[in-house]
Amino acid sequence: MSKKVLVLGEAREGALRNVSYEAIAAAKQISSGGEVVSVLLGDSVGELATELGKYGADRVITVEHPHLKQYTSDGYGQALLAVIEQENPDAIVFGHTALGKDLSPKIASKLQIGLVSDVTSIEGEGDSAVFIRPIYSGKAFEKVKVKAGIEFITIRPNNIAPLAKDDSKSAVVSSLSVDITNLRTIIKEVVRKTTEGVDLSEAKVVIAGGRGVKSEEGFAPLKELADVLGGAVGASRGACDADYCDYSLQIGQTGKVVTPDLYIAAGISGAIQHLAGMSNSKIIVAINKDPEANIFKVADYGIVGDLFEVIPMLTEEFKKLKVNA
Amino acid sequence: MNIYVLVKRTFDTEEKIVVSGGKIQEDGAEFIINPYDEYAIEEAIQVRDAQGGEVTVLTMGGEDAEKQLRTALAMGADKAVLINIEDDVEEMDQFTAAHVISEYLKDKNPDLILAGNVAIDGGSGQVGPRVAESLGINYVTTITNLEINGTTVTIKRDVEGDTEVLETSLPLLVTAQQGLNEPRYPSLPGIMKAKKKPLEEVELDDLDIDEDDVVAKTETIEIYLPPKKEAGKVLEGELADQVKELVHLLHSEAKVV
Ligand SMILES: Cc1cc2nc3c(=O)[nH]c(=O)nc-3n(C[C@H](O)[C@H](O)[C@H](O)COP(=O)(O)OP(=O)(O)OC[C@H]3O[C@@H](n4cnc5c(N)ncnc54)[C@H](O)[C@@H]3O)c2cc1C
Ligand SMILES: Cc1cc2nc3c(=O)[nH]c(=O)nc-3n(C[C@H](O)[C@H](O)[C@H](O)COP(=O)(O)OP(=O)(O)OC[C@H]3O[C@@H](n4cnc5c(N)ncnc54)[C@H](O)[C@@H]3O)c2cc1C
Repeated sequence: MSKKVLVLGEAREGALRNVSYEAIAAAKQISSGGEVVSVLLGDSVGELATELGKYGADRVITVEHPHLKQYTSDGYGQALLAVIEQENPDAIVFGHTALGKDLSPKIASKLQIGLVSDVTSIEGEGDSAVFIRPIYSGKAFEKVKVKAGIEFITIRPNNIAPLAKDDSKSAVVSSLSVDITNLRTIIKEVVRKTTEGVDLSEAKVVIAGGRGVKSEEGFAPLKELADVLGGAVGASRGACDADYCDYSLQIGQTGKVVTPDLYIAAGISGAIQHLAGMSNSKIIVAINKDPEANIFKVADYGIVGDLFEVIPMLTEEFKKLKVNA
Repeated sequence: MNIYVLVKRTFDTEEKIVVSGGKIQEDGAEFIINPYDEYAIEEAIQVRDAQGGEVTVLTMGGEDAEKQLRTALAMGADKAVLINIEDDVEEMDQFTAAHVISEYLKDKNPDLILAGNVAIDGGSGQVGPRVAESLGINYVTTITNLEINGTTVTIKRDVEGDTEVLETSLPLLVTAQQGLNEPRYPSLPGIMKAKKKPLEEVELDDLDIDEDDVVAKTETIEIYLPPKKEAGKVLEGELADQVKELVHLLHSEAKVV
């Protein structure tokens, strides 16, 4: 059976996040020839709608309201429930982002339905779609089916490839007016710590430092390499506990789980809790002084050496590569 | 203040996962309090010590979870509740868990509920917000700071590395992120005292819940381990050559840059 699938588009600083397109691709597969409807919420989001069409959305519904300028679960919840009521979808897809994680259980609870969180791939399509998600922080996987009712999933960024952009395609855009009232949370301020805008969970390249980085300043060469590769900097808990960096950078079982194309671990021993957060990365590079370090067991490529020598050399080589490319 | 903490018993983070007969093997594994729930317990104790009131730790699970509840009592919680579903529920999911927990809480009038932001085993992060929504109270996830002034609550939360500062009010459910506090270890006197603290056990019958009302909405059809990663290539030779080779490999062989 072909299905109608609702997809939440997510913007960050005025631009759509990649996961919005990945969610459309997931929705296409679930819809099995049905309809994919993207939803955009905000105070002024109309301009973003055309992009969604090029990535495969059949329709886009915008809800614009001053109270939707900043995300709150109350505001976004009311807007989305209004869209769901109007559209009556067979399935819903969100990104498993800070916003998606916060909002999806509220909607699922309200509708008294199941929710499959943090899906990394989908097998089959339409009625036979099966959702695969990591459990035990990536130490195992499970395949999950929704027994009945609306299929609601959140997808982990960076795992489901978006469809190729097709400039000739466009979506039918409509707007829905929703009365947003009674917000119980007021956002006072957002303190930006991630200045460069490459989000750790969406980055294609992650350069992670551990206790071997030795100080806050020690992260500077890692940052430089990340900048050259357009990546983000991450850390082990060892580095966070030692106050070399903020806990928001921590990768692992009690930190962020990342699956970039390239993960470079510098001065990280490779504790089981750290591996849980990064071992599903496509390519892992380990740089460690200790040839016996556990991290070499999961690394595709390893260099035994001092990270303060190796990282700057790598940065120079990549710079050369970029110039020649 | 009437404070509840949702605590989940989970595998120790050191444990390797073994799957046999389509299930995760639990025999011989060490169990702990879900690490994020430790932050929640610590914060609850601090709020109580500052504001007065009582901290109740609540878990839904089997008899074995008593051990984790006793640990929470030893840290300083006042009371514990075990909703024992072992004999009643065969298949469950996050809907089930949240439904059962909120049925228990609905007539307890909590001012503040704390949970972990995610369980390191099931990993969905659904239970906290689902419980709040069923109870009709507000929630804030992944918090790193909590200040309570009367019924006004000021919170810092982690949003993908940025910090959001927000204001809301009680009653409220929050979920703990790393960085919220440093959970204390149970002290020896704490452990002794915990043995005498009340631990109530209830079953679905006591909550007037019909087993059919909590049937899972989703179904796990297979559990498997990720493909084992082969150890890769440790480069050799002069360091400068190793670096050149690595860049070449990443560019031409792995094609990731
Ligand atoms: C409940 C629990 C949850 C946890 N969750 C996490 C988590 O989410 N994420 C996480 O990362 N950890 C987590 N841990 C901690 C984990 O067990 C390890 O302690 C931690 O990962 C170690 O960090 P590290 O590798 O940076 O430090 P270390 O283990 O001290 O390793 C430092 C490494 O740097 C190398 N080194 C030193 N100097 C240099 C140099 N100049 N050049 C190159 N290499 C150098 C050393 O050879 C060593 O291998 C958790 C632990 C517990 C108990
Ligand atoms: C006896 C038993 C049988 C189960 N059978 C199945 C099964 O057949 N299929 C299946 O998919 N899963 C099964 N589970 C797992 C269960 O469905 C999930 O673990 C549960 O729904 C919580 O989801 P989560 O792990 O994603 O927690 P999250 O939503 O990630 O947890 C977030 C926070 O919610 C709170 N919390 C979560 N769970 C509990 C709890 N039980 N008690 C108190 N607080 C809690 C904690 O504060 C936690 O930090 C079973 C669990 C038990 C105990």
